[in-house]
Amino acid sequence: MSKLLEVKDLAISFNTFSGEVQAVRGVSFDVAKGETLAIVGESGSGKSVTTKSLMRLLPTPQSVIKRGQILFEGEDLVNKTDKEMQKIRGKDISMIFQDPMTSLNPTMKIGNQIMEGLIKHQNMSRSEARPKAAELLKQVGIPHAEKRLHQYPHQFSGGMRQRVVIAMALACNPKLLIADEPTTALDVTIQAQILELMKDVQKETGSSIIFITHDLGVVANIADRVAVMYAGKIVEIGTTEEIFYNPQHPYTWGLLGSMPTLDDTDEHLMSIPGSPPDMLNPPKGDAFAPRNSYALKIDTELEPPMFKVSDTHYAATWLLHENAPKVEPPAEVKRRMAGFSKTGEFLKGEEGEDQ
Amino acid sequence: MARYIAKRLFYMFVALFIIASVSFFLMKMLPGSPLSAQDKLSDEQQEIVLEKYGLNDPLPVQYVRYLGNIVKGDLGISFQFSNTPVTKIIQDRIGPSMQLGFQALVVGTILGVLLGMIAAIFHNGFLDYSSTLLAVLGTSIPSFVFAGLLQWVFAVELGWFPVAFWGGFEYTVLPTIALMIFPMATAARFIRTEMLEVLGSDFITTARAKGITEYAVVFKHGLRNSLIPLITVIGPMAISLLTGSLVIEQIFAIPGIGEQFVNSIMVNDYPTIMGMTLLIAFLFILIVLVVDILYGFIDPRIRISGGEK
Ligand SMILES: Nc1ncnc2c1ncn2[C@@H]1O[C@H](COP(=O)(O)OP(=O)(O)O)[C@@H](O)[C@H]1O
Ligand SMILES: [Mg+2]
Repeated sequence: MSKLLEVKDLAISFNTFSGEVQAVRGVSFDVAKGETLAIVGESGSGKSVTTKSLMRLLPTPQSVIKRGQILFEGEDLVNKTDKEMQKIRGKDISMIFQDPMTSLNPTMKIGNQIMEGLIKHQNMSRSEARPKAAELLKQVGIPHAEKRLHQYPHQFSGGMRQRVVIAMALACNPKLLIADEPTTALDVTIQAQILELMKDVQKETGSSIIFITHDLGVVANIADRVAVMYAGKIVEIGTTEEIFYNPQHPYTWGLLGSMPTLDDTDEHLMSIPGSPPDMLNPPKGDAFAPRNSYALKIDTELEPPMFKVSDTHYAATWLLHENAPKVEPPAEVKRRMAGFSKTGEFLKGEEGEDQ
Repeated sequence: MARYIAKRLFYMFVALFIIASVSFFLMKMLPGSPLSAQDKLSDEQQEIVLEKYGLNDPLPVQYVRYLGNIVKGDLGISFQFSNTPVTKIIQDRIGPSMQLGFQALVVGTILGVLLGMIAAIFHNGFLDYSSTLLAVLGTSIPSFVFAGLLQWVFAVELGWFPVAFWGGFEYTVLPTIALMIFPMATAARFIRTEMLEVLGSDFITTARAKGITEYAVVFKHGLRNSLIPLITVIGPMAISLLTGSLVIEQIFAIPGIGEQFVNSIMVNDYPTIMGMTLLIAFLFILIVLVVDILYGFIDPRIRISGGEK
């Protein structure tokens, strides 16, 4: 598969009154054509900042890209002007945001909001764009599309609004769709519907997706590969199977352990002790060490490099060093790992592999 | 929508009826009479005058006559200028006041919105500080100081515009500028604050993510949403501007309504005072209605129910 996007050693800081917030500290990953990459991690780990920077949507002048490259189809987006980015935004890369209650303009008819991108990027007139907008609404499962075009966001429910946002993002057949926690603000049944919709959309359009979430259950359902982020870095990246069956980083273990499963009662739920570090002064060494019961002495001094587990699987933990003591994931996590492979409950496998 | 407006118009007349009644009775309770300034009149002479204007009739009779006349569009005869109907006084006087007020309101608001938007777009930059300074000066310098300054620079020194009096359009320029400073500064302050907030909101990021120009982001998505709170302050401002500014009308010697109102109060000219009170009340209620309708236009969320059908 050829690479659509390659991010290399990307670092982003915010200049604030209290100092430099190092939100992203050297992140590298890539996304192949037609692939879905999930980025998971607790809130504040830098997921949104990373993905917003891909579209250069971070507020200026507060945010600064300190170093790194964002290669989209081989072209570096870091040095593009705003004018050049406008040609890419909404056309090649588009984005679905977390909260559908706030991500639509309350004073503009949704038809106009959808048509804007079409008019800009596809040189359509308003009369050409209108039927296309109706078609998009139908595609995302909104009935009475022609009538709905003339309505305002407050006339839609949360789930319906997120469908509108998705329709907007799909308008120009983007090559890369970034979904930043698109289901977090929705209730569970609606979440499932939106996920189904996104899977359908990908099947139809073949676009690549970066799917951000802090919910691992969603990941198993939708992603081909998973990147786990902590304190502005990717600490583990691999295929969905590798992350679920063979996780290596204690932080990934923590995330897996704190994920509710179908047969579980709450007593089995682990939680990661402590809270993420202050990115004004990121700790020396491994940023996760203070919360990590498996931490080694070296973790407090030297940052672990990415160790290779397989061709597709890497993790940044000293536990993978040849001199490190051999440790096993906590029993609770192992039980889950086994559970995943037995039931396949969370894995996208079933439908995907049949085809 | 039509039904809603009809309903509002009905309430408007109820309100006007109440205001007319209250101002009638309050006026009757005031000490003094239109003749109290004229102590040269003998008691009999006073009696004749009171009789002539119907002021000796029992109160209910006067009240009913008064209401009946209002319905006919007759606001009575001024005590001050004998034989001049109040409607005539208002007609003569309202033109200049309304014209100045309207010009000041429209130009001031538009300039203020532009200033506020520039300030928000160049947040914390030079243009922001300059326009904020302008807005602060505009709200803090009293209008008479500003009016005097305008007269001195543009009329006396440069001779571009007449110093005062009422003639063609060129006579309106300086008083309009003097009057519009306040609405301009107020609008600029409001829009700046609101625009900053709006530009930080999620749907603006969504708009940017569509790849539309920054100009479209600010004007098509930002402006309309920032206008909503401005309407609230423009309403009361419109009332005070349209009903004439005493200070500005005095300084520029403009035969407006503000000046007349004060004069009438000085001499207990009941019909004129009541006529003008009614006029101002009418304008007030009308503007409140216009503001409510404007809200609906700008913010679909509060569009009056039934409007969609
Ligand atoms: N505009 C901003 N100014 C300062 N700091 C910011 C800004 N936006 C994000 N950050 C910081 O960047 C870090 C990463 O945030 P974010 O990417 O939103 O996390 P998440 O993984 O929850 O999406 C956080 O520490 C946050 O405080
Ligand atoms: Mg986020």
